[in-house]
Amino acid sequence: MSAEAAVFYIFAAITVAAAAIVVLARSLIYSAFALLFTFFGVAGLYVLLGADFLAATQLLVYVGGILVLLLFGVMLTHKLYDLDLKSEVTQFPAAAFVAVGIFGLLYFTAVKTRWAVGPGRAPAATTVDIGRLFMGSYLLPFEAASVLLLVALMGAAMIVRRRKDA
Amino acid sequence: MITLQHYLVVSAALFSLGMLGVLTRRNAVNVLMGIELILNSANLNLVAFSRFGTGNLQGQLFAVFVIVIAAAEVAVALAIVLTLYRLRRTPNLDEADFLRG
Repeated sequence: MSAEAAVFYIFAAITVAAAAIVVLARSLIYSAFALLFTFFGVAGLYVLLGADFLAATQLLVYVGGILVLLLFGVMLTHKLYDLDLKSEVTQFPAAAFVAVGIFGLLYFTAVKTRWAVGPGRAPAATTVDIGRLFMGSYLLPFEAASVLLLVALMGAAMIVRRRKDA
Repeated sequence: MITLQHYLVVSAALFSLGMLGVLTRRNAVNVLMGIELILNSANLNLVAFSRFGTGNLQGQLFAVFVIVIAAAEVAVALAIVLTLYRLRRTPNLDEADFLRG
């Protein structure tokens, strides 16, 4: 087994095992910290795919932003004396059946389809090229994304604000 | 030799687990975690196709946009969850039945 394969299997195992803990753990805090390992595993897979900028973004935005936000959500939606932050599970057999079915379908699609695999991209630094694309042919989506972030920020603050008149 | 299919299978596993979480959890924050898993699986697909496809960077660009939208989505969703908690004192989604006739 080559080094690349070994690293891939390690990161894939970390990602999938942590994702399974996220979904199956009884405690919300365990789920949140397992999500941390899932994000790290996916970032490792990005590095293996030669996407260095995206791996750094994944760590900054997901681990530094989204995960902290989710932990805030866990803490703020429980009473302070709730020591065990449990999350109840409903309709597990039916949902497990559907999830396994979807996984089988996707697995066969991924393995059986003859994907149009091209020459591929040799691993190289991507940051400069991504920056050029953002400031060039993808300027409009870039600006739209920044406006979306602004609107989401204002909307989130607006929704949680305690209204004086209500 | 690690090929495109390996990454697609990992991504499929992430997607299925995320969907299992969305379908089975009652806690809204936990459902959000499932949605994050699904978004990550989509991102992994995009980057894998960008790496093994024609060799341009557009897949990675799309993944950046997905991350941006995930951040916005989590912020707004948590605001809604906090408002729900303030109104009903519960983070459980099936108790959010204000619109039931």
